[in-house]
Amino acid sequence: MSSTENLITSIQGLSASSGDLSALHRILKGAEETLRADSDLQLSTLDQLDPSKHSLGYLYLLDVLTCGGPMSKEKASEVVLLIARFITSCDAEQIRLASDKFVSLCKGFKDRVLELEDPLRGVAPLLSAVRKVQVSTKRLTALHPDCLQLCLQAKCYKAGFSILSDDILEVDQPRDFYLYCYYGGMICIGQKKFQKALELLYNVVTAPMHSVNAIALEAYKKYVLVTLIHSGQFSVSLPKCASTAAQRHLKTWSIPYTEVGNCYNEGKISELQAVVVAHSSDFEKDNNLGLVKQAVSSLYKRNILRLTQKYLTLSLQDIANMVQLANAKEAEMHVLQMIQDGQIHALINQKDGMVRFLEDPEQYKTSEMIEVMDSVIQRTIGLSKNLIAMDESLSCDPLYLGKVGRERQRYDFGEDFDTVPQKFSM
Amino acid sequence: MERDEESSGLMMEMCTNGGGEETSNRRPIISGEPLDIEAYASLYKGRTKIMRLLFIASHCGGNQTMQLEALRMAYDEIKKGENTQLFRDVVNRINGRLGDKYKMDSAWCESVDRRAEQKKGRLENELSSYRTNLIKESIRMGHNDFGDFYYACGLLSDAFKNYVRTRDYCTTAKHIIHMCMNAILVSIEMGQFTHVSSYVNKAEQNPETLDPIVAAKLRCASGLAHLELKKYKLAARKFLDVSPELGNSYNEVIAPQDVATYGGLCALASFDRSELKAKVIDNINFRDFLELVPEVRELINDFYSSRYASCLEYLGSLRANLLLDIHLHDHVDTLYDQIRKKALIQYTLPFVSVDLSRMADAFKTSVSGLEKELEALITDNQIQARIDSHNKILYARHADQRNATFQKVLQMGNEFDRDVRSMMLRANLLKHEYHARAGRNH
Repeated sequence: MSSTENLITSIQGLSASSGDLSALHRILKGAEETLRADSDLQLSTLDQLDPSKHSLGYLYLLDVLTCGGPMSKEKASEVVLLIARFITSCDAEQIRLASDKFVSLCKGFKDRVLELEDPLRGVAPLLSAVRKVQVSTKRLTALHPDCLQLCLQAKCYKAGFSILSDDILEVDQPRDFYLYCYYGGMICIGQKKFQKALELLYNVVTAPMHSVNAIALEAYKKYVLVTLIHSGQFSVSLPKCASTAAQRHLKTWSIPYTEVGNCYNEGKISELQAVVVAHSSDFEKDNNLGLVKQAVSSLYKRNILRLTQKYLTLSLQDIANMVQLANAKEAEMHVLQMIQDGQIHALINQKDGMVRFLEDPEQYKTSEMIEVMDSVIQRTIGLSKNLIAMDESLSCDPLYLGKVGRERQRYDFGEDFDTVPQKFSM
Repeated sequence: MERDEESSGLMMEMCTNGGGEETSNRRPIISGEPLDIEAYASLYKGRTKIMRLLFIASHCGGNQTMQLEALRMAYDEIKKGENTQLFRDVVNRINGRLGDKYKMDSAWCESVDRRAEQKKGRLENELSSYRTNLIKESIRMGHNDFGDFYYACGLLSDAFKNYVRTRDYCTTAKHIIHMCMNAILVSIEMGQFTHVSSYVNKAEQNPETLDPIVAAKLRCASGLAHLELKKYKLAARKFLDVSPELGNSYNEVIAPQDVATYGGLCALASFDRSELKAKVIDNINFRDFLELVPEVRELINDFYSSRYASCLEYLGSLRANLLLDIHLHDHVDTLYDQIRKKALIQYTLPFVSVDLSRMADAFKTSVSGLEKELEALITDNQIQARIDSHNKILYARHADQRNATFQKVLQMGNEFDRDVRSMMLRANLLKHEYHARAGRNH
């Protein structure tokens, strides 16, 4: 009772400056046990505090109040509302002092929202939560995958996509990273931005891992399908940078997908459809049937694209024959779609039923193009700087120096390349 | 058949040009007409004559007369030698169809076998006595004789082993060359062309300059080896370098007509235009060979002067006989295919636009068939063009270098971006794991 009141007064008093805040933090940590034991603590006590000014204290109290077990639907709804308001209005500085707590609070929030089967309520709060907890835009937080998961459940892909536009360069927990990339990949597929999806899924598939985990497996399956849709080529071997465990085992667990990939390479629509039908139960189980259908339709596009390399004009009927479409009407539809998507440049002459393929009109002479090139150059320079910084920090890392010093004989650097000082030898 | 008057016309030409050479008075042997087996067989001697005749007999399709003719000549030839295995073989294949004179002569077989046994015994004794005497030269001769003996009997691997054994007892360069030539001969008969190449190299490494005929023989052998290994360009180069002094001296392996045919066809299939002119058409030495097979000469000239229709006609007429050649038969299709592709490419090269119906006439095919062939060549990037299927015209299309460069640069920039970021992420993950592990250890 009184201790709680004391606590609240100290929260109200000490939330002003950073010095006070660290003192407050210590007090709160100490008082945590007593708070949990206090059965009289109610949600109403929170009304005494202002979430934006007293964020740290509010956080602790909220955590104690809401981490309890299963609640009734009304209580859960109330709690959810409370947490949402808190997240939107809290002070980022104060939160970062107790980021673990904040993260676990948000995770609890997410679970409640999912229980209530109303993921949409959670999307906006979690989005702002991610922004507040992030130390830098380059760092992955534990909240990223949760936020993406909610976006997926709520089907608001645009919101999720806004998070994905950050470049993540530093990662703490591999599992967070895998989930982030996997969910991120799915969101990009939803937005039809296959390039970015490919990137994210590629990161999971080639991430260093000792043994294959389920996330990587699912990601690999989607990766195969997205490669087919985006670039139209499939190779069974993983890129060399993938871990040996992945290279050995991923394929054995995803045989239907590699079959689809191999069939796609052949280029025959009817065979591909036969393979898809044969394995449709597997695809359904993995929820990938939609993606597989997209891959099949992309084969038509791939074949038509190949035709543009060889022909200047072609009749719609010929296109239909060569690509194994049913009739000229369907061919016209496909070609029209591709022109609209910007995948080919062509003119359809409906009178003759002829399609005339044109060259890419981009001349690379406009100022927009120069801006594009300039931005690419700037990015590359930025990345190189990052890379050099990373290299420098690694060469000063005592662990690294110790290891190289110990194994100096094994590496046989010779006089010129030995950059590790002698004092690190065994 | 108009082929007849053309080839006889050519023959007239040859007679007036050739003059003294004996071979030029004969009709061209490798030509568009059905093969004259006797004339063909007379080009060769030794074991290869028999093998070639047997090959013709087994590959001449349903042509009974040709088959029987070949088998008859083979029988006669085998009886002159000492190979009873081949004799039995040929008798089985004749199967009594040629009458009494050409049936199984067991008496002959037995006597040959007996003689062989005796000879073998004698050679063994001689060899062992030479060995005890340790005279290098005689041991070498002994092994050589053994090699010859086994070769005559048809036991090729033993013959090879013995020839190779003489290597340790060779003292002069001449001996080494002798050994190499024997080894090459046996290897060709056995069909092991990798050995052929290695022994040719060994002989050519000889510090002394080789006798020109021997050098020519070695080039022929090496050309054959390359041909069998499907390295047509190298084979062509070797055959084109054979000096005309070869004449008939390598009949136990190859005839000069073969040198001309193989060299000409391989060159046509694999050389580019400048090399074709320099090494084949302007090659004075090779001209003598080409005189022996005027159809090949004509078809090369036609190809060079872009008379594709007649070139392809010659090729078509030669095909049947080339399929009967023991070395060339499994390469005929590939070579023809390559020659046809080259013709198509060369046809389209100088033009900005080509009317497909005229081209189809030149190549004696239909427009749709031609379209398919061209499509394949465009996909392989051997023709830079595009087909206007509506008007049936082929337009040359030259890639815009500037645009292509820009595109490539942008693409490369994006790829670099992606790869570096992935790499940094992976490094980060590894570092985290390393720290976690180090943390645990401490």
